[in-house]
This record gives sequence, C-alpha cells and structure tokens, in this order.
Amino acid sequence: MLTDILITTLINASVYAMLATGFSLIFGVARIINLAHTAFYMLAGYFIFSFTTVLGLGLLPAMLLSIALVVVIAVLSYRILIDPMREHEAAVLIITVALAMVFQELMLVFYGGHFRSVPQLVSGYVTVLGVRVSSQYVVTIGALVAILAAVWLVLMKTRLGLAIRATAQDREIANVMGMDVSLISTVTMAIASAQAAAAGALVAPLFILEPRMWLYPLTIVLAIVVLGGIGSLKGSIIASAIIALSETLVTFLLPSGAFLKGAFSLGVMIVVLLIRPEGLFGVSFEGER
Amino acid sequence: MNPRRLYRRFASEVLVLPGRTTVLAVCLVLLILPLFHRHPYTLRVLSLTFIFAIFAASWDLLSGFVGQLSLGHAIFFGVAAYTSALLNLQAGLPPLVTIPAGALVAVLMGLVVGIPCLRLKGQYLSLATMGFPIILTGLVYLFSDLTGGELGVSGLARLGPTRLSEYYIALVLVLGLGLIMWKITDSKVGLVFHAIREDEITARASGINTPLYKLLAFCLSGFFAGISGGLYSHFMRVAGPSTLSVLTSFQPVIWTIFGGVASIYGAIAGTFVLYPLMEFLRVAPELRTLIFAALVVLVLRFMPEGLTPWFIDRVESECPRCKEHNAVTRRTCRVCGAPLGRPSAPGAGPFQPGKGGRVAG
Repeated sequence: MLTDILITTLINASVYAMLATGFSLIFGVARIINLAHTAFYMLAGYFIFSFTTVLGLGLLPAMLLSIALVVVIAVLSYRILIDPMREHEAAVLIITVALAMVFQELMLVFYGGHFRSVPQLVSGYVTVLGVRVSSQYVVTIGALVAILAAVWLVLMKTRLGLAIRATAQDREIANVMGMDVSLISTVTMAIASAQAAAAGALVAPLFILEPRMWLYPLTIVLAIVVLGGIGSLKGSIIASAIIALSETLVTFLLPSGAFLKGAFSLGVMIVVLLIRPEGLFGVSFEGER
Repeated sequence: MNPRRLYRRFASEVLVLPGRTTVLAVCLVLLILPLFHRHPYTLRVLSLTFIFAIFAASWDLLSGFVGQLSLGHAIFFGVAAYTSALLNLQAGLPPLVTIPAGALVAVLMGLVVGIPCLRLKGQYLSLATMGFPIILTGLVYLFSDLTGGELGVSGLARLGPTRLSEYYIALVLVLGLGLIMWKITDSKVGLVFHAIREDEITARASGINTPLYKLLAFCLSGFFAGISGGLYSHFMRVAGPSTLSVLTSFQPVIWTIFGGVASIYGAIAGTFVLYPLMEFLRVAPELRTLIFAALVVLVLRFMPEGLTPWFIDRVESECPRCKEHNAVTRRTCRVCGAPLGRPSAPGAGPFQPGKGGRVAG
C-alpha cells in the first residue's frame, strides 16, 4: 500500500510537473492563459493510439511522431489564432477553451467516446526495495524526470533559455535589447506543447484514453500553477508534488475518496492562497497595475 | 402626459438610435412570438435561452464590470439549483419561494467565495474561483444520499403550469432582471465598479472602500446567477452535478465575451445568438460542439471586442464633439449639430448607404 501510494504520487507529480511547467512557461513568456494546454496532452495520447493500431508503427516511433505532430499543431494554432489576439485577454481565454473543445470533438468524431488503451512500452517488472514494480512505471517516471531536467537545463544554461527568461521578466525591455520576442514566444509555445505531448505520450500506456481526459488535469494544473506562484517553475514543481501527494492520500486513505481528490487538492490551493496570496514562490507586485 | 409628447419623447430616445431600436424590436418579437408559433420545442429552447441569459449577465456584472474574472460562476448557479430542488422536494415549497431562497443561498455563497478572493488579484483570482464548484461537486458526490450523486435531484415542481406560461415567466424575468442589472451598472455603484476594474489602487486612494464594493459585486452577481440556477432546476425539473461542472462555468464566459463584455446587453445578446445556435446544430449531433467551438474561434478572431460593439460600430457613429451616439445615416450630430465623419475614412463625407464605392466593383 505504501509503495502504491509512493508510485502513484511519483507518476502523478511528474505528469503534473510537466504540464504545469509548460503552462507556466507559456504564461510567463507569451502572457496568455492557454486553457488548451492539457488538450495537447490528450491529443498526443490519441495520436499514439492511431499510429500504433491503425498504421502499425512501433510504440517508440509512434511516440516521437505524435509529439512532433502535436508541436506542429500547437505552433500553428498559436501563430494563426492566439498570437494576433494577444491584446484581447478575454478573447484569448475563450479561443483557447474553444480550441480545446475543437480537439475534444475531433477526437470524439474520429474515435468515438469509447475508452481506448495503448500497449505498454516495456513489459515485466523490477524489484525496488523488495517490492515488485511494473517496469512501465519505472520507465515513465525516469523519462518524465529526465525531460523535466532537460527543460530546466535549457532554461538555465543556454542562450535560448536566457532569452526566454528575459522575455518572461519584461517583454518590452527584451524587445529593446534586440530579442525577437515573437520568435521566442513561438519557441516557448513549441517547448511547452512538446512537454505536454511528452507527458501524454508517456502516460498513455498507463491511463485510459478518452476525449474528455484533458478537463480534469487542466483544473489540477491551474491549481498547481496558482499554488506554486504564477510564472515560477520551481514553485510549479514543488506544488505538483504537494497536490499529487494530497490527491493520492485522499484517494487511498478515505472511503469514497476518489470523488474528493479534486475537491481536496483545490481546497489545499485555496487555503495556501489565503495565507500567501501570491502562491508559494510567486513574487507579489503590490504596486503593479 | 399627452400621448403625442410621449411618443415624441420615445422617438427621440429610442427610435433615433439603431442599436436601441434593434433591442426594442427583439423584445417585441419575443413577446408576440407565441401568438404565431407555439411549438413546444421552440418555446423550450427560448425559455432556456432566457434563463441562461440571466446567468451570463450576472457573470458580466462581476467579471466584465468589476474585473473580477470568475471562472467558477457555476458555483452560484449550482448551489441555487440544488437549494431550490431540495427545498421543493423535501419541504414541498412552491417555486415562488424556492427560487428566491436559492438566490439568497447563492448570495451567501458570494460571501464565501468573495471574502477569500478579496486577497487575490488578476489571474490568481480567476484560477482560484475555478476551484470552488469543483470542491462543491466533490461534496455533492460524498453526500449522495441527500443530493442523489451522479443522477441529481429530480421530480421537481414545474416552473409554470404550461410551456407557454414558463416561456413568459422566463421572458419577463430576463427582461426585468436585465433592466435591473443594466440600471445597477448605470448608477453610481456601477461607476465605482468601472473604477475598480480600471485601477483599483487609484479607486482606493480616492476614498472608495474597494473590498466592500467587490463583496457587493460578488453578492449581486451571486443573486442573479442564483435566480437563473433556481429557474433552471425548476424548468428542467432536475438539479444534477452538471450544474456545477467546469463547462457550466465556462458557458457564461463564452456567451458574454462573444456578445461583448461589460455591457449587460452584450451578455444577453451573446446568449440569444449562441444558445439557440447550439440547439439548431442538433441537426448534426456529432459535429455540434465542433462547429460551435470553431465558430466561436473564428468570430472572435475577427471581432475581438465581441458581437454587440462590432454591430454598434456598424450602425452608429460617435459625435466627435459631444461623444453622443448617432445613427450612421445622419450627416450631423442629433444633439450638438456638429458634422459627423466616418472614422474609417477620415476627411470623406458621411457614409451614404447605397451610394458607396462598390459600383466600380
């Protein structure tokens, strides 16, 4: 039971961290709340399903191909629909929700509302601390942590990362300093959507695919991003761990806890916000207009 | 007053502006529509449109005017729907009592949501409000003995004895409550709401008790959303967890932003266009939501301010001197007599329909 809790927490925490850092990144750089973010996660799962079962590709090429495809879709929708509207905050909000609904409905039209599943990448199990754990879980956690670390390195150690962080800090000044903020926003969108797609691709073998699977992660990701402080990557990662742990504990320890896991996580978020209105690691701008 | 003077006053206030005339025409058409066409399905769709228009306008009151962008408006709708349903079933009270009671509980919920949200700003506030209906949904499932869980509470008393009476109840309420909300936003309180949205710190520095006004906005918005929630549960005769879903929270946002934000009539117009459209798209049930969402994306892409500002820009022009609105056909301002130019073609003469430059092709 303890191992179950640990494994579930680790899986959920790394998935949430992948989604939340991407969301936070695109919010910081492009200043948009992209409510279609978790729809990319759903799309990746469905693309893998179609590549493996319809086209008969292997799972690994299917994963890479679907991540690439999702990035192309995300960048195109950003350039065509979202970027020209950046001045109209409310319209962007609605456009991203509508975009997510479009994706959901397209999947519903093509695949129906049935629950689908994807074959596992690796079979068998490994023994960790005397407990047998399915290899798929170990691979998924490892890959998610590796990708998160890679994104972190890109952001902190490369010129591109520096440009992304500078744009997030002050878009106008970054522009004045000669950075192509529009290009940087597009690249950030690509990175963020690739993260969401990778998360979707990696958990697709573990979870069940259905067209509405983006909605629940979206609410949790929003809670995480608010809890950690909007725009703070460190905050997003720590908040993912907190939310994933509380969610898992509620599910495992309370009777009928599965109904309450969302409620409990969001309750935690609201309590933290009452104590620290700018989130755990957010910076408060008292005088900012 | 003498009827002729009354008519002249009416003509100079309403008929002179195409926007107001359109509103009047729509109201009249809706009032007399059942004389010509009383198919139960049409009446049902229109009644639901009216109920949801109240809901959208209440969102506009809080988010459009005060700028407290709420993404969890379903909490007011759902809590009122459940309260009315339970009061009706358990205590046997008629809709006339249960709907106001539900609205009062929604006002209390406005305090529950509003007080923590006083500390939050901007995106934090939107995302935090989104959490409340989800928390309540968890509780609904937990206490499924009382709330019926997934299935909800069903078998409520009808709103009115016939479909026709329900249509008129909903219509009168949307027109009446819409007018009340519009009057609130037009009053001194509305001015304060605008000020808080534009610049909260300056509003506070000017001696406005902004927390009090924000709470007032939460309560007022909760009240109107609660009325629509109670109406909905009695109209559908069921209150289920779907009234608290994320989609229910997003719907008023979509309708209002589509119609034009911060104008009450924009929220109502947006609902009047989009809700029947969604019903009409039932001709292609599988593609319904897809077409709907694609349409919203495309329309907003080209009318980012929403439908009503776009429409008013087409039929009315603003006098450059006194800022009064005029019908686009006028050459001079109806108030101050200043010549009116088309903002799109500076220096050119006033726009003349039918004589435009389209002739050359």
